[in-house]
Amino acid sequence: MDVIGWLWLGLPLLAGAAYWLGQRQALALTDGGRVEIHSLPQHYGQLVLVWAALPPLLILFAWLVIGSTLVDAYTVAAVESSGLLTEGQSASAIVVDVHTGMAEIDGADASPAHGAAQAAIARARGMFGIALAALVAVAGGAGLAYARRRITPELRARNQVERILTAGLMACSIVAIVTTIGIVLSLFFEAIRFFELTSPIEFFFGTEWSPQTAMRSDQVGSSGRFGAVPVFAGTLLITSIAMSIAIPVGLMSAIYLAFYAGSATRIWVKPVLEIIAGIPTVVWGSFAALTLGPKIRGFGEVVGLDVASESALAAGIAMGVMIIPFVSSLSDDALNAVPRSLREGSLAMGATDSETIRRVILPAALPGIVGAFLLAISRAVGETMIVVMAAGLAANLTANPFAAVTTVTVQIVTLLVGDQEFDSAKTLAAFALGLTLFFVTLGLNLVALTVVRRYREQYE
Amino acid sequence: MKVKMQTRGLDVFYGEKQALQSVDLEIHANEVTALIGPSGCGKSTYLRCLNRMNDVVPGCRVSGDVTLDGRDIYDSKLDVVKLRARVGMVFQKPNPFPKSIYENVAYGPRIHGIARTKSDLDELVRQSLRKAGLLEEVESRLDESGTSLSGGQQQRLCIARAIAVSPEVILMDEPCSALDPIATARVEELIDELREQFTIVIVTHSMQQAARVSQRTAFFHLGSLVEVGETGKIFTNPAEKRTQDYITGRFG
Amino acid sequence: MSSDGAGRPERREEVEERADRRLRRRYASERAFRTAGLVAIAFSLSALGALLGSIVLDATGALTVHSVRLELDLDPAQLDPYGDRSPDSLASGNAAAVLRSGLASEFPEVTGRSEKRALGELLSVGASYDLLDRIVAEPELLGSRLEFRALLSDDADLALRGETEEGVDEADRKLSGAQQAWLASLSERGRIENHWNLRFLTTGDSRDPEIAGVQGAIRGSFLTLIVTLLLSFPLGVAAAIYLEEFAPRNRLTDLIEVNINNLAAVPSIVFGLLGLAVFLNVFGLPRSAPLVGGMVLGLMTLPTVIIAARAALSAVPPSIREAALGVGASPTQAVLHHVVPQALPGILTGTIIGMARALGETAPLLMIGMVAFIVDLPTGPTDPSTVLPVQIYLWAEAPERAFAARTAAAILVLLGFLVTMNSVAVWVRRRFESRV
Repeated sequence: MDVIGWLWLGLPLLAGAAYWLGQRQALALTDGGRVEIHSLPQHYGQLVLVWAALPPLLILFAWLVIGSTLVDAYTVAAVESSGLLTEGQSASAIVVDVHTGMAEIDGADASPAHGAAQAAIARARGMFGIALAALVAVAGGAGLAYARRRITPELRARNQVERILTAGLMACSIVAIVTTIGIVLSLFFEAIRFFELTSPIEFFFGTEWSPQTAMRSDQVGSSGRFGAVPVFAGTLLITSIAMSIAIPVGLMSAIYLAFYAGSATRIWVKPVLEIIAGIPTVVWGSFAALTLGPKIRGFGEVVGLDVASESALAAGIAMGVMIIPFVSSLSDDALNAVPRSLREGSLAMGATDSETIRRVILPAALPGIVGAFLLAISRAVGETMIVVMAAGLAANLTANPFAAVTTVTVQIVTLLVGDQEFDSAKTLAAFALGLTLFFVTLGLNLVALTVVRRYREQYE
Repeated sequence: MKVKMQTRGLDVFYGEKQALQSVDLEIHANEVTALIGPSGCGKSTYLRCLNRMNDVVPGCRVSGDVTLDGRDIYDSKLDVVKLRARVGMVFQKPNPFPKSIYENVAYGPRIHGIARTKSDLDELVRQSLRKAGLLEEVESRLDESGTSLSGGQQQRLCIARAIAVSPEVILMDEPCSALDPIATARVEELIDELREQFTIVIVTHSMQQAARVSQRTAFFHLGSLVEVGETGKIFTNPAEKRTQDYITGRFG
Repeated sequence: MSSDGAGRPERREEVEERADRRLRRRYASERAFRTAGLVAIAFSLSALGALLGSIVLDATGALTVHSVRLELDLDPAQLDPYGDRSPDSLASGNAAAVLRSGLASEFPEVTGRSEKRALGELLSVGASYDLLDRIVAEPELLGSRLEFRALLSDDADLALRGETEEGVDEADRKLSGAQQAWLASLSERGRIENHWNLRFLTTGDSRDPEIAGVQGAIRGSFLTLIVTLLLSFPLGVAAAIYLEEFAPRNRLTDLIEVNINNLAAVPSIVFGLLGLAVFLNVFGLPRSAPLVGGMVLGLMTLPTVIIAARAALSAVPPSIREAALGVGASPTQAVLHHVVPQALPGILTGTIIGMARALGETAPLLMIGMVAFIVDLPTGPTDPSTVLPVQIYLWAEAPERAFAARTAAAILVLLGFLVTMNSVAVWVRRRFESRV
């Protein structure tokens, strides 16, 4: 184990020692109960613990984030200055080789430069490790000493510990915002780089999508085409097929369970629907690709239809079935939010159940149900595995459900899985698609959540 | 006096719990019958038996005879949809549908196919609103949502909705409990006017209200009918001690 | 009442008749509506049935494998090349040659070089591995004769299951006519055994379907989930405690709320893009590692854990909080000592369900390179590895027909884990409910 590993292991020891010291010092202050101290001794211990352990912890986290970048930068510089680089070798490529275990061939260095890189990395790790250990020791020791100096009977240790704790809790809740910012920024920067190579107008309005030919960035414009309209259209087609199954089936299931089914039926049907929701999408994907797709193709042959082996229909049906429980449980919430008095009012007029549902309850629940549909559409648009496995790669601009189409998520996966060169328009295009996907689903979710919340407030 | 509805030996159970025991009661045509009693005495349960609204409650079981014009309404041959068109209901809390005022009143006629043409329907809606004493207030805004009205107006809208299908009996379950005194007075006046055309059964927790609007009063206690008779007699000279105690405020 | 006007009874009958006709229509539409609801439910249930049925049916092909019993001459010259019976020497023995000659001795009539090779192709490389393991474990067997159960190749296995290759050109068939005849002959002589495929649960991935297993994927999933749990549970519970118990109502907390709800609905693949751009490209963390996979899934699960934990915390009756404050606890102590322990079962239930979702998640892991073909079993969170759902994806895409059965069997394993996790969640919830 390297120095950094030991530092992580040592941190709990430091924390324990700090706690013990702080507590003992506070206990000594009480002078056997003759002096009153503000808080309990363990609060002083906790305070000293925080002061001693938090700075080293932050330093170690910072290392986690930037450490490998520093080591790599040092190594690249060392390899470049070593003079061992031969024609055609780049220092950064060699560093990548070292990380992926390609630096050695049958126990020997692949090249002198690879050997130098390995040595440099080991050197850098040792050097940075010692520096880090010194930094951690100084920070921890200083924190410990400062906190111990502050201990007096008047020190409001408990209040301070609680304030620090609350601040820590708040920091945790901000992680969610940091994640969102991280998503937006990472997608945004890569997408900007893509739009420097391909104009947004071509991307959003172009009708020819053939990214695979653009293997190198200098080929862009000559052979690779990034008109994403067929990709968006394919997403739309598969989403429409999925929704034309999920919406009616999900809504009617919810209605039946809420108004017609006896409690015995409800008790076992609801969990079974939840099972559908709990089945991983990769399972639906393999069902669509290995079972449903061939069945639909066989059926097409029988009736004389030309069905692609990876048809939009197979992916759409599997996706629709997967989303049924989602629609049904959200619709159920919306239907149950309609006050019972409306239902009774209608039944007391001599309306039948279905008249009551269609004419009174559904209109009253409409905003909630529309919200549910929007959330379902957003799920379908962002769904990946089913389409990756069952829909094709061919970017056909068609509305024919028997043809093969491709979707935004399929393209993201195809462009990014496998060998990637991070500066090529091909990989960057995936981020442009990802950014589009993120904003479309974000828009759908925001509208849906707002509609649903307004609707709930209306009946509360 | 003609007997419009009648129950004999009516028992109601919610699951294991018995809510009503052997209730014998006659509802006279074109009169207002008030059902009074402390909370939980079964008066609302009784009311809901008269148009089979208890069917909607899971686990509810009804036995005994309930007749409308001498026919058993729990007879399997009798259609509950038709029954409820003949025996309408107004609820404790105004429950207008989230539709326009016009559509609220037109709802019953539409589902039952009562009006054949649009102008028939318009006329029926206006007539029902007029009978409910609401037409003047809402004539200019029939397209506005029924939920935008005040509480008292909403309740009169619900009454208009109920009478639009020309029921024979109207059941009212504490129709004024959610209303302010002025709106209550308005609805009470309306009940008195409606009596000419309809038979009315009203559940109320207010003895003054029962005394003001009803011709006959039935007193329920602990799931049994204690005493029934002319309103004047019940309030001045009840036969049962329990009735006496209740109307003089010793319990309830 | 006797005041009915003249002519009114007639009108009334007419109306009645019209109402009856209408009523019949209304009841017909009522029945149709009700039936539509039933059909909808039947559709969902039969779709689920079709899915599970086809998986179970397909998986049977991977539950057992076929082997052939051979009499082997354990020739020391072949199996102990250095002649010192050291583990090194034994491990580099030419087991395949021994097996091939063992099989050839069953068919003395086969003499041609290419024919012999075709005969040898019936055996799986797994048979060689098994034989080597056996010799390393028992070196004293060298020089003797051994009756040995040798695993057959995937194509032989399929042929023995009766999966014919009709409609495929003779030249493109996986098994030639001669190979099929040899198999039939072995089968007639009672040399073929069909036995449980225990290897499936104990080995890693392989290019050869008959020796491919899910152990590597299970370990990868386990390591990934540990990282996910370590990240999302503390962060999620801390965030939920803050938002539910301490946060002031202001624009920042509103923003956090909206943000968490939206994050819960962001497509999972977007989290993969985040992991690729930030964890791999900026932080330089290793590709294909459970560490990074766990971090990505942790961020993805975080909103689920927060939402579940907040629901559990808000379900704790305020009286408990007030009672603690009433005996002089600080708000922090009231929350940490009294509210959180009460809410813990609910929080755990939500976390387990979140973990189950993370276990089934595939798309974001494709983005960070967990799709690599990895044979070695991972031992730590930075070893390259794959996870169960990705393994399913890889096998579903594989061209060899025998992988279809492995796909289904791996799905059964995955579903088994999910059912277990959800049952634990239900059990925790039940205990919690019975206590309150």
